[in-house]
Amino acid sequence: MASSIPVSDSTDPGRALARRAMNVPGPAARDTTPSVGFWADVWRRLRKNRGAMIGLWITVFLIVAAIIGPSLSPYRYSDQDFDHLFEGPNRAHWFGTDELGRDVLTRVLYGARISLSIGFVASFFNVAIGVTYGAISGYAGGRVDNLMMRIVDVIYGVPLLLWVILLMVVLKPGLTNIYIALGTVYWLTMARLVRGQVLSLREREFVEAARALGVSTSRILLRHIIPNTMGPIVVTMTLSVPQAIFVEAFLSYIGLGVQAPMASWGSLASDATEVLRVAPHLVFFPGMAIVITMLAFNFLGDGLRDALDPRLRGTL
Amino acid sequence: MGGFIFRRVLSMLLVIWVVSTMTFFLMKAIPGGPFTAEKQLPPEILRNLERRYRLGDPLWKQYRDYLHNLLRLDLGPSFKYEDLTVNDIIRQGFPVSAELGVLALLFALAVGVPSGLISALRQYSFSDYFSMLWALLGVSIPSFLLATLFIYLFGLRLHVLPAGGWGTPAHLLLPAVALGMYPTGFIARLTRSSMLEVIRQDYVRTARAKGLAEITVTYRHALKNAVIPVVTYLGPITAAVLTGSFVVERIFAIPGLGRHFVTSIYNRDYTVIMGTTVFYSVFLVAMNLVVDVAYGFIDPRIRFD
Repeated sequence: MASSIPVSDSTDPGRALARRAMNVPGPAARDTTPSVGFWADVWRRLRKNRGAMIGLWITVFLIVAAIIGPSLSPYRYSDQDFDHLFEGPNRAHWFGTDELGRDVLTRVLYGARISLSIGFVASFFNVAIGVTYGAISGYAGGRVDNLMMRIVDVIYGVPLLLWVILLMVVLKPGLTNIYIALGTVYWLTMARLVRGQVLSLREREFVEAARALGVSTSRILLRHIIPNTMGPIVVTMTLSVPQAIFVEAFLSYIGLGVQAPMASWGSLASDATEVLRVAPHLVFFPGMAIVITMLAFNFLGDGLRDALDPRLRGTL
Repeated sequence: MGGFIFRRVLSMLLVIWVVSTMTFFLMKAIPGGPFTAEKQLPPEILRNLERRYRLGDPLWKQYRDYLHNLLRLDLGPSFKYEDLTVNDIIRQGFPVSAELGVLALLFALAVGVPSGLISALRQYSFSDYFSMLWALLGVSIPSFLLATLFIYLFGLRLHVLPAGGWGTPAHLLLPAVALGMYPTGFIARLTRSSMLEVIRQDYVRTARAKGLAEITVTYRHALKNAVIPVVTYLGPITAAVLTGSFVVERIFAIPGLGRHFVTSIYNRDYTVIMGTTVFYSVFLVAMNLVVDVAYGFIDPRIRFD
């Protein structure tokens, strides 16, 4: 899919040149973001993909539930009620209660905040690092590119999960440190991807035109090149959100996740595996939340990939 | 080819050096030490222990000694298991983990490749949606949930398979499937997407046009090229699965190598942390090299320069 991303006309060399030459300020939006036409087209294709739309709606639902859900619940996530321990799902507690009589639905909704925020923050940092690194490497080319990519090759040989574990032990478990550990380690794929795109884009005429006009390198990267790589970036980001949630669940299982009384889906599910015989519902609900989130993001990501690149329609 | 392998081995050594250096200093940055316990040791004993394990040496000296021993393939004595060296730990744990891992990988290949193939050949059919949903589920369920679910279902409820332990073939089944589920899903998705891309290529049309049997076109022409991404994926996943999974080994109480990756960190068992990490890295880069060499056999378009 390397070079098949349509070049939007916001960076159309002719138009940009003419506008600059005549000193006519173009509409700001057209100058900075890929044109409405391109994304409208993507949206049109995405809407036809039923799986992707289901994924999108579930994602939206999860985000809304995470934001307003906990405040709609009559319980707080840490409220204990020793008269109602280990209750199965019932009318007062839809998802039942846990070993301290806490309402599981409220805790799952609260866990959604933590888990989703980990997914989004971690992939945001990975994207930021990966895009910057890849763009610099690809645009600089030559020896710099070679060196930067060799570094990436070396890091690829590092067992990253072990590295995350070590990092978490050094930093001490906690939400911020999970952001840091997950956000700074998994950027390699993104860097390679962006670098490949930039490598081909920098030879295009519109970049040459911008360079001829004396546009600074950082501006060329930010305004002309990176907007044209947004397609694969968005896809990779969509798929990396559930990945971060997945890794956090693993960290929770080995005791390096968020610490009580805070709770993520991963920590809820892994804590509950110890009382599985007594109360399987404690594993079931947070576990389902993880699985549904993974499915929704994957469906959405696959659909976005198809929509952004019609040539690959229906693959993966 | 010889030059290619030589250069790759050089870069492997570089990777292993980087991994051991980074791990060494990160590990030393962890607060506490192997002899920090709730019950304080008398200071004299502590001093003796530290002298014996040379923990009192300056950091650069410890680092230099470590590299030196590493070159002689001596990973040092364990801090926690007094009678064992790290080499012993790997010798005992790795065969167990590897046996389980090979089984898990065989399962992943035997299920993943055919379901990806069927999916691609019957795109948008019921069997396509069905197998892709399963594949997606496979990559969507955290392994600790899957393993717990298996134990609950087959061990505690149905009583058909042992819920944990090691020794008989029956003990292998649940953990192997739990371990193999993620690669299965991944391989199925990978096979499908690359197969879909390949069957639209001109040479496949040519093969069909010259009247070859559909089965020949599918297996000899299309699938052979479509498995290249699967081979690429097999490199890192083999390293990851064969060195053992902490989660699966802990849940099923399997005496493999996987548990040491995490417990050694909690124990501050410095030599075991370093040993297992370096062992994994060596395995990982070696598998990647094997994959790269394998390309040359599968895909004659690839030449080693």
